[in-house]
Amino acid sequence: MSTLSDSPLFPSGGAHVKAVTDEFHGDLLEVSMGPHHPSTHGVFRMVVTLDGERIVKLKPVLGYLHRNHEKIGEATSYLGSMPYTDRLDYLNAMTNNWAYAIAVEKLGGLAVPERAEYIRIILAELSRLQNHVCLAGFLLQDTGASGTPLMYAFRERENILGLFESLSGSRMMCNYQRFGGCRVDPSPEWMQQASALVDGFGAFLDEFEELITGNEILMARTQGIGVLKAADAVAAGITGPMLRAAGVAYDIRKVDGYGFYPRFNFRVPLGAHGDTYDRYMIRILEMRESIGILRQALRDAPAGPIMDPKAKLRGFRPKPGEAYGRIEGPKGEIGFYLISDGTPNPYRYRVRPPSFVNLTVLEDLCLGHTIADSVVILGSIDIVLGEVDR
Amino acid sequence: MEPLDQICHRLLDRFPGAEISVIQNPGPAAQHSLLVGAAALRQVAEFLRDDAALGLDYCSNVTGVDWPDKVVVETTKSTVPDPAGGAPKVTEQKTERLEPGFLEVVYHLYSMVRRHGPVVIRARTANRTDCATLPSLTPVWRSAEFQEREIFDLFGVVFTDHPDLRRILMWDGFKDHPMRRDYVEPEDYEWEPTPHGDLVEKAKRAHAHPGGAPT
Repeated sequence: MSTLSDSPLFPSGGAHVKAVTDEFHGDLLEVSMGPHHPSTHGVFRMVVTLDGERIVKLKPVLGYLHRNHEKIGEATSYLGSMPYTDRLDYLNAMTNNWAYAIAVEKLGGLAVPERAEYIRIILAELSRLQNHVCLAGFLLQDTGASGTPLMYAFRERENILGLFESLSGSRMMCNYQRFGGCRVDPSPEWMQQASALVDGFGAFLDEFEELITGNEILMARTQGIGVLKAADAVAAGITGPMLRAAGVAYDIRKVDGYGFYPRFNFRVPLGAHGDTYDRYMIRILEMRESIGILRQALRDAPAGPIMDPKAKLRGFRPKPGEAYGRIEGPKGEIGFYLISDGTPNPYRYRVRPPSFVNLTVLEDLCLGHTIADSVVILGSIDIVLGEVDR
Repeated sequence: MEPLDQICHRLLDRFPGAEISVIQNPGPAAQHSLLVGAAALRQVAEFLRDDAALGLDYCSNVTGVDWPDKVVVETTKSTVPDPAGGAPKVTEQKTERLEPGFLEVVYHLYSMVRRHGPVVIRARTANRTDCATLPSLTPVWRSAEFQEREIFDLFGVVFTDHPDLRRILMWDGFKDHPMRRDYVEPEDYEWEPTPHGDLVEKAKRAHAHPGGAPT
């Protein structure tokens, strides 16, 4: 029986690279990837300069979805901005809402009832599950595994979005959190449905990993590709799974201990190599931790009110001052910085979008790799243009 | 983390003569900030990053804030005693004073090593028009690279020593800075001359003079 390495097509001793000596060698080619290229996950453009197939320069071009979200926030009341935060990272309306609610709560000195804190954690972790599962699906789509893994991922995502819809009335634009609590109290049936979903999710992850994680093509396309060093990641302000894949133990759920996260038992998975494969694996491991958090939250959620009785939603006028509130979103640190001048509208409304800052290192990750790798690297950064362009 | 007043004292010891002061935040969040003069901003930032106790290696958020010119009306009351022995006369004099505006950049700093924060530092430009310049902190924290570009784009703060200061969200040919408070957006971004405007004018003239439009 002959093996691959014995065949004349694949002589043993590794790949043979022939030096290019033709007339075109050394000429650089500039390619504009996007803004309508399907692999850019939205209206994002990369101006890539190529030497053969190798990338020697890459400049991201943003702003195709820019609608000056922050200016609109200054012209809107505090409550009026809440549904608009859904449209930032439109995969994770729940965590966007929460980050904004935390910032306004700090600004206005509002407390949150215990039950509402548990509901927030449940919804944030469900949101993290569906974000990460989408990322895994899209990443495989980017490597060329057309359709099937993405459909497996989307099947699970739809179940979670169904839960969101039955609670908030909308699959994606949930507009659910309020400063001082939440909008609707989930029924015991909803909690049961959520528990059933969480119980089944581990089995899905096992199946997905069995099909994908050890896959030779995935490994070949992602291992050692787009390596991000820990020091570079910290300097460039990278947050979220991308930072932890580079081996930096920084999870705002642990560091700030916002909400009731200190009450929960969970670990923060870390990568060792900082390459694209680690960024994929971190998401899988974080999903497993999220399942644990969800089990505890669904078990322990107490009964009680879901809104701070002192919170005044309409015509809310916080005292002059400012506050920066942040949480660990599925994509990284999402923060809101608000300045109040005592009027019903914020004087300044700033969004700190994680995927915008995470794009800083895109060029560094892609340099020296092929143009096909840049697609996979971009997929592993996990950007959403609603948030990048605002 | 050490209190902000102490950080301020240490900074003043290290950089004597630098303009550094604590700005109190009156709200319940109590996130006070350090106002740093533009001349010392870069050195202060490097100190905050490299200091062993602080170790603020992570610049999370960079924000631009526009504070336009403000007209402050000051009322001075003067009491003139009535020589006839009646009640003294109170006269009010109102003076208007123009408080010049400025652009402000706010940095939220955290430490990933020490796991504390935020330390908020802010810097102000001299004015909003010809001198809206600040030193860039991108050489200190690279995470400011895109965010400072955004502030340059939307507020018009020019960051010196920024490696790649271009517009990032608006297109290259765009002229104004849309996040400024006094920005007026054009009525129609996509307006371009067509014959229709002329035809409408001509029709109006014809309507006004039924006997025939004056030529």
